[in-house]
Amino acid sequence: MGATLAELCIVACAEAFRTSREIIATGIGPIPRLGAGLARLTHSPGLMMTDGEAFLVEQPVPLGATGGERPAPAGYLPFSRFFDSAVWTGRRHAMVTPTQIDRFGQTNLSALGGTHAQPKVQMLGARGFPGNAIYHPNSMFIPAHSPRVFVAGEVDRVSSPGYNPARRVPGGNYGSIDLRRIVTDLCVMDFGGPDHAIRVVSLHPGVTFAQVQDATGFELIDAVEGETPLPGEEQLALIERLDPRGFRARVLKDNPPAERGAS
Amino acid sequence: MPTIDKTMDAAAVVSRLRNGMTLGIGGWGPRRKPMALVREILRSDLTDLTLVSYGGPDVGMLCAAGKVRKLVFAFVSLDEIPLEPWFRKSREAGAIEVLELDEGMFQWGLKAAAFSVPFLPTRVGLGTDLLDLGALKTVTSPYDDGEVLVAMPALKLDAALIHVHRADRRGNIQALGPDTYYDDWFAKAADECFASCEELVDAMEVSYPQDVKANLFERCFVTGVAETPGGAHPTTMPPAYGWDMGWLKKYAAAAKAPGDWNAVAEWVVSASEADYLATVGGPEGVAALPLPVF
Repeated sequence: MGATLAELCIVACAEAFRTSREIIATGIGPIPRLGAGLARLTHSPGLMMTDGEAFLVEQPVPLGATGGERPAPAGYLPFSRFFDSAVWTGRRHAMVTPTQIDRFGQTNLSALGGTHAQPKVQMLGARGFPGNAIYHPNSMFIPAHSPRVFVAGEVDRVSSPGYNPARRVPGGNYGSIDLRRIVTDLCVMDFGGPDHAIRVVSLHPGVTFAQVQDATGFELIDAVEGETPLPGEEQLALIERLDPRGFRARVLKDNPPAERGAS
Repeated sequence: MPTIDKTMDAAAVVSRLRNGMTLGIGGWGPRRKPMALVREILRSDLTDLTLVSYGGPDVGMLCAAGKVRKLVFAFVSLDEIPLEPWFRKSREAGAIEVLELDEGMFQWGLKAAAFSVPFLPTRVGLGTDLLDLGALKTVTSPYDDGEVLVAMPALKLDAALIHVHRADRRGNIQALGPDTYYDDWFAKAADECFASCEELVDAMEVSYPQDVKANLFERCFVTGVAETPGGAHPTTMPPAYGWDMGWLKKYAAAAKAPGDWNAVAEWVVSASEADYLATVGGPEGVAALPLPVF
């Protein structure tokens, strides 16, 4: 049986986390979390991660692990020191799934429509997004690439800053804004275009650039270098080890194979 | 020799609060919330509050009950139920004023209040909507760098409520568990901090001297202590007990049907804390709730 699209996305997320630094890798949601774990176990041994609560572990916690399956803690990083240790020192890379993203890389997790006083749809609130994006690298994982996520114009509320010159206060320090990759169910994108414009850098097997453009509310740059790599045997084995209960199968609709059209 | 005795019950804590005050509530989402004290507020006539909270069911309930004029928040969530439905209803009805912040700015504001400075500078908020929507101002560094920063205003609290594992009569508290979030800064940002506790002892040095590192902050920041076993229910209070996700799901579902706070307040709040605990198996039933797995 071949790899699934979810597993291909996990490998692409792991690639987004690739680093030679010692920083906290935070993957919110099963695919980004497995990507962070895979990066830690393969190319990026400096990555540090928590057990999802307050302790640092040297082996990623398998999804759904309880009791003795959970690795013993090697360090301590509670929320009560998260900003001074991880976020505001720039020693972190987070991969998150915002509700909206615009062409500047600005994201929204706060609210949709209406006014600030009375939003049409209240969501979580800005959470830590404003601080994350001004201080440390960030990537995104979007399980269903669509113009409702990749919106035309600006996001309804700017929860995290991006590369929008109109949003910059003279004298402010925006030098640590560092948006890396966007992994979706269709492709991998980066911010490598002119003025950090979003480019498609690889297409998942069987996907065309036109298909991605159609599913995006703003213009994309075609910088496709090829297909997003399929997971190798070693990567698949590690993914299985990190997700023995198969949570990854429930993220993408119908859990399709990595090679579309294949059965 | 005069002695200090800060013990009181939950009703006495609430009697110290006033309409219109700014009230900080410790904990984080559905974790370590002083829910027995929140329920006591819900049983009282207290109203017109400005709430400052890393929001969980405390915020949802107080908003639903019409106790809140303004909310200072970075999120309101029940974790496994990501969006707090009663909070959403209040927001989507335009019923409450808000100051939306980043999680880190929020604790920075508590620290400014604790240190009695009007603001603390930060880069957080730059490039986002929070500045304009919150009327936050910037400040220019007076040094050669001339950097323009956000001036995060002090979040001065009239009172703070937190829930801890142990307290003694003098107000020495012990907060166990892997993470105490920003409870210490809530206490220091407030004119008065009231701590409910799972267990009240006469003297910490007699009962639990071996755990003294769990004394999260000093007793000079504690005005009153109230013993409320199971007092964080339905939120998680590790290592004592976990959250009651079944209860929270029922509470969340009730926001849709019947969707009317008055129709659910009876079981969400109950007439007394003893009545409430009886509906969830008593303190023993709460103590048996397993810790969540992350």
